[in-house]
Amino acid sequence: MQVHKYDVVIVGAGGAGMRAAIESGQRARTAVLTKLYPTRSHTGAAQGGMCAALANVEEDNWEWHTFDTVKGGDYLVDQDAAEVMAKEAIDAVLDLEKMGLPFNRTPEGRIDQRRFGGHTRDHGKAPVRRACYAADRTGHMILQTLYQNCVKHNVEFYNEYYALDLLTVEEDAVRPDGTAYKQKRVAGVVSYDLATGELHVFQAKSVVFATGGAGKVFKTTSNAHTLTGDGMGIAFRRGIPLEDMEFIQFHPTGLAGLGILLSEAARGEGAILRNSEGERFMERYAPTIKDLAPRDIVARSMANEVREGRGCGPNKDYVLLDLTHLEPAHIDAKLPDITEFARTYLGVEPYTEPVPVFPTAHYVMGGVPTNILGEVLQDNDTIVPGLYAAGEVACVSVHGSNRLGTNSLLDINVFGKRAGIAAAEYSQTAEFVDLPENPEADTVALLEHVRNSDGGEKVAAIRKELQDTMDANMQVFRTADTIERVLADLDAFEERYSRITVQDKGKRFNLDLLEAVELGFLLELARVMTVAALHRKESRGGHFREDFPDRDDANFMLHSMAYKDAAVTAERSAEHVAGIRLETKPVVFTRYEPMVRKY
Amino acid sequence: MSPIETAETAPEPASKIDLPAHLGGGGGEIPSFDITLRVRRFDPETSAESTWEDFAMTMYGTDRVLDALHKVKWEQDGSLSFRRSCAHGVCGSDAMRINGRNRLACKTLLKDLDTSKPITVEPIKGLPVEKDLIVDMEPFFQSYREIMPFLINTGHEPAKERLQSAEERERFDDTTKCILCAACTSSCPVFWTDGQYFGPAAIVNAHRFIFDSRDDAGDLRLEILNDKEGVWRCRTTFNCSEACPRGIQVTQAIAEVKQAILSRKI
Repeated sequence: MQVHKYDVVIVGAGGAGMRAAIESGQRARTAVLTKLYPTRSHTGAAQGGMCAALANVEEDNWEWHTFDTVKGGDYLVDQDAAEVMAKEAIDAVLDLEKMGLPFNRTPEGRIDQRRFGGHTRDHGKAPVRRACYAADRTGHMILQTLYQNCVKHNVEFYNEYYALDLLTVEEDAVRPDGTAYKQKRVAGVVSYDLATGELHVFQAKSVVFATGGAGKVFKTTSNAHTLTGDGMGIAFRRGIPLEDMEFIQFHPTGLAGLGILLSEAARGEGAILRNSEGERFMERYAPTIKDLAPRDIVARSMANEVREGRGCGPNKDYVLLDLTHLEPAHIDAKLPDITEFARTYLGVEPYTEPVPVFPTAHYVMGGVPTNILGEVLQDNDTIVPGLYAAGEVACVSVHGSNRLGTNSLLDINVFGKRAGIAAAEYSQTAEFVDLPENPEADTVALLEHVRNSDGGEKVAAIRKELQDTMDANMQVFRTADTIERVLADLDAFEERYSRITVQDKGKRFNLDLLEAVELGFLLELARVMTVAALHRKESRGGHFREDFPDRDDANFMLHSMAYKDAAVTAERSAEHVAGIRLETKPVVFTRYEPMVRKY
Repeated sequence: MSPIETAETAPEPASKIDLPAHLGGGGGEIPSFDITLRVRRFDPETSAESTWEDFAMTMYGTDRVLDALHKVKWEQDGSLSFRRSCAHGVCGSDAMRINGRNRLACKTLLKDLDTSKPITVEPIKGLPVEKDLIVDMEPFFQSYREIMPFLINTGHEPAKERLQSAEERERFDDTTKCILCAACTSSCPVFWTDGQYFGPAAIVNAHRFIFDSRDDAGDLRLEILNDKEGVWRCRTTFNCSEACPRGIQVTQAIAEVKQAILSRKI
């Protein structure tokens, strides 16, 4: 086992990780660990745009953007964080342009902007053109541009190094009010080199988690195979809470049956959703902004159309995205990739045929709690010195219970930059925390267990059943019954997981072994999502409980905070699930009072 | 129509949709077919030789080569090793040789191949094989880094964005699509025999900056590509253009770089 020493170690090389690395790398000795190659990260799959109130094409300002973000998140957004994001969005876009990002341009040569769901002029009056974009490849361009600038700044990457553990120590500490508590401090990361199967310990003063989401708990998802929630899982196992994990975004327009993303930019450019009767059904659900309503509303409306028998196809299980009234030249210029996806994967010609679509699991609004500096919280108020998180793995919370389209590309840039700067600056003043004795011991035990267990259960079979039950019971519509079903299934899956057999016993590129480890994270996170969903007896944003269809501000205008806690043994009937302790955290309000959310 | 006049201001546009039976609810079965996947296996931990191994399976409808590989890995042989991530042709992880042609496994539909014969799958050529379909990508990224793949602008920074006309932006649009999958470079016969050659992907990425009106280092990059291992090694076989899963006109981009070197006019 090798030990490396860096001031800052960044885990993950998507948009957030590389944005952090560009800042940190110029200030402190920095290493970036990534389970892929940087340019393979799923930021590259983002399509439609990145919002900032540049006002290049029509009147706009960051305060309207803040309001849209807060309302879009159904008021569970921490408003101080949303304000930071909307304000710094402008510089975030300009930073990228200066780094070389090839944005689409207006006739005057400025960055062009287009409409996107939930982004409005003057507090909801009409859609506004706020999304800066590069055709429907905005995420690709962001990922490439950030990687290019990492090359420029000689950022040190460890490619195909999986992070498997976070090294922390706990110290006795006393709060100002005299109560004693355990203060966590970060010491480093344990990493697995895919090429050799060797473990590497990275000792660091600062660690930035930028590991992305966990969409693979679902079957139908826009997420990459590699989005297995590793960072969230690692943090949770080390006693860091996970915030608001019941809120999963289902993107309305996934290619039916496949889940491959078709950007909301299609509707931004004028595409229309239709049911089996050819009706533009969004007029009934969101009379003012129709097809450009936020994603949670559109996804639910689509699912409702299908449920009421107005779905299309042999099984009447999807609706149609109609671009046929748009000029082919306009489609080619603005939406080239997604129309190619429709052709390649469904054999549909979007110039003349409607594209079958259905909601697809897209984004985890929750995650590792941080403050607006990107510092990770170990409870509602206490930061873990030296530990940072940014991007989808984190919950700042700028997305509340439903993220607006484009706000994730914004989030990774704004908070990636903040976390990178903060991590580097902290490392300049802090000392290394001594590594615990045998820092790799837990990881060795985990890997040995996975490698040597011999019960004959297949990882892929358990994963498929997990994804099936999550799709069936934890998707757009939920009830106590469906959620309980998942919890019962999870008990069975976890028992089977203890009896898996990994076929590949080799050291080199043992992805069989890593898939088994990843399944462990997926099972853990599915349980957190499910328990949090069971407790939230209201409907808000991406979490819709048919047994509690209304938003309940009196009881639930609160973030949920799930802790791994072996001491919790209560029965499910008592609203507790063994091993998880649920607490709450207040929402930060600045200028917006909660209102009924209508579009 | 103008893109600005959509949504709430304009009347709802008339749909051209005439729902075909299979969309409107006419029924229909998902077709299935039996295939044999013939995979080039290599594991230096067990043998210095690589071998072919056949896997038989039933696949469905719009399944792709990547689905077939997953079926092998998840149901038959967990040791089969290959890279993949996004599974829809944007991350560039799963370039491989399928029936002798470089393609992305996640973008190649089985029904578009001749399923009456075994479908051969091999690692891309010209890079050292690490295990099964996994190759060492480091030499590929080394060439990429050498062409200075980042915007270099020596002027003072404007307060807002640099201006660029739509036409200037269009000039290098094609080469911005590159996902660094190496399908082009590893399809190039020159690269197979001369590993020092920069290869198409590095030249494509140089092109992306050389023809960007905001960049000031075009001459430097042209100098680098004027090297004996640079653009002049290209024999214009068009393998790279055929291999590119993003439809980039790679050979044309290389020709434009050659032309720019000759005329030193960017």
